[in-house]
Amino acid sequence: MDQQAFMFQALVYLGAAVILVPLAKRAGLGSVLGYLLAGVLIGPALLNLVGHKGEDILHVAEFGVVMMLFVIGLELEPERLWKLRKSILGLGGLQVLFTFAAFTFLAWLVVKDIRMSLAIGMIIAPSSTAIVLQTLQEKGLMKIPAGQNSFAVLLFQDIAVIPMLAILPLLASGNGGAADDHAHPSGMLSLPGWAQTLVVLGAVAGIILAGRYLVRPLLRLVAATRLREIFTATALLLVIGITVIMTAVGLSPALGSFLGGVVLANSEYRHELESDIEPFKGLLLGLFFIAVGAGIDFGLIRDNPLTIIGIVLLIMILKAIILWTVGRYFSMGKDQLSIFSLGLCQIGEFAFVLLSFTRQENILTGEINNYLVAAVAISMALTPLLFLVLDKVILPRFGESDEKEIKADAINEKNPIIIAGFGHYGNTVGRFLRANGVGATILDNDADRVDFLRQMGFKVFYGDASRYDLLEAAGAAEAKILLMTIDDAEKRLEMIETIKKHFPNLQMMVRSSNRNDAYDLMNAGMLHIYRETLESSLRMGIDTMRLLGFRAYAAQRAALTFRKYDERTLKQLSAIRDERQYINTARQFIEELEQIIRNDNRLPDLGAERGWEEEGLIREASRE
Amino acid sequence: MTRILILFAHPALEKSRVHKQLLRSIPAAPSIRLHDLYEQYPDFLIDVEREQQLLLQHDLIVLQHPFYWYSMPAILKQWMDLVLEHGWAYGTGGTALKGKTMFNAISCGGSEASYLPGGRHEYSVDDFLIPFKQTAKLCHMGYGSPFIVYGTHKLDVTGIQEAAKSYGMWLSEIVEAVKI
Repeated sequence: MDQQAFMFQALVYLGAAVILVPLAKRAGLGSVLGYLLAGVLIGPALLNLVGHKGEDILHVAEFGVVMMLFVIGLELEPERLWKLRKSILGLGGLQVLFTFAAFTFLAWLVVKDIRMSLAIGMIIAPSSTAIVLQTLQEKGLMKIPAGQNSFAVLLFQDIAVIPMLAILPLLASGNGGAADDHAHPSGMLSLPGWAQTLVVLGAVAGIILAGRYLVRPLLRLVAATRLREIFTATALLLVIGITVIMTAVGLSPALGSFLGGVVLANSEYRHELESDIEPFKGLLLGLFFIAVGAGIDFGLIRDNPLTIIGIVLLIMILKAIILWTVGRYFSMGKDQLSIFSLGLCQIGEFAFVLLSFTRQENILTGEINNYLVAAVAISMALTPLLFLVLDKVILPRFGESDEKEIKADAINEKNPIIIAGFGHYGNTVGRFLRANGVGATILDNDADRVDFLRQMGFKVFYGDASRYDLLEAAGAAEAKILLMTIDDAEKRLEMIETIKKHFPNLQMMVRSSNRNDAYDLMNAGMLHIYRETLESSLRMGIDTMRLLGFRAYAAQRAALTFRKYDERTLKQLSAIRDERQYINTARQFIEELEQIIRNDNRLPDLGAERGWEEEGLIREASRE
Repeated sequence: MTRILILFAHPALEKSRVHKQLLRSIPAAPSIRLHDLYEQYPDFLIDVEREQQLLLQHDLIVLQHPFYWYSMPAILKQWMDLVLEHGWAYGTGGTALKGKTMFNAISCGGSEASYLPGGRHEYSVDDFLIPFKQTAKLCHMGYGSPFIVYGTHKLDVTGIQEAAKSYGMWLSEIVEAVKI
């Protein structure tokens, strides 16, 4: 590809994505569908701007899947997996097993080829993590049983994809014979079987050991340079390095990067790695979906509309039935079951990965491949519509029982206090209240901290505390006071608006970073404002006075008096400030400081309490 | 060896004329311990456990303070309320302080004469000190006669120094008195 052609392709892909993804999101269809639609738009069916390069791009974009598995691995700490083991293994395992078995059997009835049927079973079994998780989160359904069980099932599917990727090449080897060389481009084939196994085990062990003893020190070293882009480069290097090694030994790069992710999930750099890889992963995955969209054979759909619709309906209905049955076995209520089974009954994006593989390896015939690509895309496109139906038609019938369930949960542990943000500030207040037997519900957006606090027996909700649904779930409607201890000043103002609007009876006590922040909070109508630096700087002042020889009690009283007047000055200045809010802030600050110091000069003598003053008495005594 | 604990309470010592000098004349002896309540507990958060231990380690308890409103500064009242616990200092099983002796060492603005019937304050300082005396009794402690500096508003530097000197002597005397 010469440079101009490359630039043109980049223009087409990025342009389509930038135009269609936001449109799709706005229409409530989610980003995955947006990318697919972008692919359809530039594909042969409509604008035909992709040409023959589509296949190449699909190849490059598959790297996005490798990165996705790395990120999934990063998010799967072994402990968290262990905690969810029952629903992951039980629900997820049974769902994948039954769905796989059912569709393998159905496929066998049609194609009469065991290898092809196995491949089809594997392609259909997983659901769409990207679409479902996003939708559940958007609708605030993650906390309810259906949401949590959906998450567990998706997690198991994500893991199950790895053995699937490992098994697929085996299906090819019997089918084509020559395909083997393609799957193992290295010189591994010259080795005997036991040596191959050794090399594979060695590679896996190597990744685990290197992740533990080599990569962490390396990350520490790189992080110490404080060069953001080098850290990003290191993160990319990690994933690409794993891919190269795994490909060299003939293993799935996806499996390797997943392992690498799990090994690093406990490291202190987890979040940095995640956020560095995230944009690359997102873009490459997007590219992947675009390529898939461009690859949908619309001619096929136009010529056989009934066949396609039949396949899609059959798949979705059967998947839903299996999900319902498995969920039933795990004693979920009917309302939860309908969310669970309709939410997960589409085919997931992994199908595209598997399908591109089956196409390369000639496992499936081109025709079946095309039918399946179309069926996967349509089933995914139907998911947002299904959720709409759930919302408007099905859930209202159960709606009441559903609500009662959630409310009962809240009443069980009704805490009078909600603490938003359990960082350095919030945890001090929270510990203090807990020590006094005051129960508090905690909102925090640090996943590690949330886990830890749950283990310690706190009632914690994970997420953005300014979100209405999270506040609702945390019991904002019943709580008396909300302590706003998050450190993001803008988020605090957002939260205040949300709470004023939806929970007018909830009292707010607000942390403020500094004086200016306190002004903003006053303007927002807050009465209880706590400047985080005030008490501690005054305590430093007290101790300084004591070290200089002032009496402890005098210093203490002086500080308390000073604070009282400072708060008073703050209120006065806030009133003045409103009138000329938009003047130069730096100058304003100096002017204000000047005014504050002037006010200090008008303070009463901080050390003098007239009750303890003798002078008047002495004067009087001398006159006697 | 008889050990003395001086519980000192003055909210504004930096302005004091008399007590600054009284403190200076306390003999520097290992048997005498000065315990400055306002300095130790500027936040009034009295460590009851520690205070009780201190009491147990001493034989004579001297409450040194200005005579505010015929009584004691706020922190000393707080100290009494919290440290002299029921079941420890008084009441059933409250015998921890048995055998100890309590004293007041106070400074009064008015002259000795003003604390006589017909005087400005009508009653004697001894009368005003009855709550202390009875507190000591309830806690199974003896109550020794107090050290009093009268007329502090009229005292000049020499007068204060003399008072301070006699405070030092008084502290030695009460040790002797207990020995007998």
